[in-house]
Amino acid sequence: MTFSDLPTELARDTPVAAYGRVRLTPRAQSAPVPDRRAEIVREVVFDAHDVSVDYGAKRALDGVTMKIERNLATALIGPSGCGKSTFLRCLNRMNDSIPNFSLGGDLRYFGHDLYGPRANRVEVRRRIGMVFQKPNPFPKSIYDNVAWAPRNLGMRQGLNERVEKALRGAALWDEVKDRLKQSALGLSGGQQQRLCIARAIAVEPDVVLLDEPASALDPIATASIEDLIHQLKLRYTIVIVTHNMQQAMRVADRTAFFSLDEQRTGTLIEYADTKQLFSRPSDSRTRDYITGQFG
Amino acid sequence: MSAITPDPAHALTPSGNLARRLRVSLAIQGLAVSAAALAAAILFILVGFTVVKGIGALSWSFLTGNLPAATGQAGGIGPALVGTAELALMAGIISVILGVLTALFLTEFASPRVASPVRLMLDLLAGLPTILAGVFIYGLVVSRFGQSGIAAAIALAMVMTPLVARATLESLQRVPETWRDAASALGVSHWRTVLTVVLPGAASGITTAAILAVARGAGETAPLLFTSSLYGNGVQLNPMHALPNIPLEIYTLIETGYPQSVSMAWGAAFLLMATILLVNIGARILLRRGERKRGL
Repeated sequence: MTFSDLPTELARDTPVAAYGRVRLTPRAQSAPVPDRRAEIVREVVFDAHDVSVDYGAKRALDGVTMKIERNLATALIGPSGCGKSTFLRCLNRMNDSIPNFSLGGDLRYFGHDLYGPRANRVEVRRRIGMVFQKPNPFPKSIYDNVAWAPRNLGMRQGLNERVEKALRGAALWDEVKDRLKQSALGLSGGQQQRLCIARAIAVEPDVVLLDEPASALDPIATASIEDLIHQLKLRYTIVIVTHNMQQAMRVADRTAFFSLDEQRTGTLIEYADTKQLFSRPSDSRTRDYITGQFG
Repeated sequence: MSAITPDPAHALTPSGNLARRLRVSLAIQGLAVSAAALAAAILFILVGFTVVKGIGALSWSFLTGNLPAATGQAGGIGPALVGTAELALMAGIISVILGVLTALFLTEFASPRVASPVRLMLDLLAGLPTILAGVFIYGLVVSRFGQSGIAAAIALAMVMTPLVARATLESLQRVPETWRDAASALGVSHWRTVLTVVLPGAASGITTAAILAVARGAGETAPLLFTSSLYGNGVQLNPMHALPNIPLEIYTLIETGYPQSVSMAWGAAFLLMATILLVNIGARILLRRGERKRGL
């Protein structure tokens, strides 16, 4: 069975998934009911308006306005220090624990203010999963890595099926089904990264954020992760940071190019369909970057 | 100054003041080596002396027999062994709970502004003379309720808690930040993360910390002086009474001056030393193994 054979309704019919979809805070209004027939007009998942990020007195990111749409893969590219990872980590509030972090502007997730007083960051991350640059499995068995979050979130029913589904979803099942009880640290780097993806999708989030997920992997493992991203976006909204332009071209529907402005502050330069951005960039800075004249 | 440009014809032996500088260097090196050798020698002499003097006293009746009923009489140290084990266990439980929670507070929950003074206080507490713990508990507990195993365990725990906390802190800090990131990115609450990822990741370090602290506490004498010194010569299990214990029994036996008692004291000292050394070595092996298994 391949991933695309899985019934897509499954997530919405189970009570657990319904729980994840209803509200951001206990008493907030209901999120818009997803209407799959109207998916051609894509829903906006993240709506950033003039978002800026400061670390103490240092402004790291300025004036980012963009909409990230549902069931697409959106790539964030740009030179080092341009704020693309910072922006990605704002989307599930992973920057909150950095001392002196502050966010300006307006960042909304399905219309909810992500940094509003009623938005709980644990709940935010429950719906917006993340996979990191370096594979970071827990020092537990393969099974327990995937089952860890569901267990801790009270999704104990049908745990075996959930683990299998997540591992199949991450295209890892066939490689590990006979050694689920073995330590995850014995897997190869590429397998570990797919395990991390399985771990992230085991709680059925809406969005999966990928922070340079293939930069620590060899080309073959990278290819398998890229194949996987194509499958994942059928079901999840994907936002991927990459420093590899070819990778953005291969996996992303939309691409956002970040760079540094005159004050050396990261900012969004251009955001467009991937094909258009790479073939007919409208900004000269984008053109310089993708043609290799800078960065 | 001697010649600035080296003379190419000169053989490659030390020239100028180099010969003197080499001699000074050698002398300093020799001093350092002998200091290190002395430190190691002290341990070996101490261990060797205690073994020679103490091993002869060991026998089944010595290990299991009651304490001497009167000064200078024959007897064993059975009740003191049992009492020390009980004291170490009670103090271990108290200090592991307090120490691990303190360390968790410092690494997982405290802001850096709060954490550094608390860490300083732990170090200060660890450096206090242990008799202060005894005096403090004497004033707080013993003066009201009399001597008891519980009072002694609390006094011992005061000495052991900072040790557990410091060692636990170190092993918690060695838990990779990436595990915490992974866990928090999954939308699991911080406390659940601590309980199911961070603590298991530091388990071998915490176990070692606990064992080392218990080993240290088992040999502490001063905290027991005012809290658990008035005991009978039989086995006492009730922690509401003073418990016989090895360190004070060694003190009492030596104080009598009778040759038989002194040799019993050597036997007890040997037993205490051997146990603590073995436990220490075992704990360190355990730590290294556990950390290797977790890929640290």
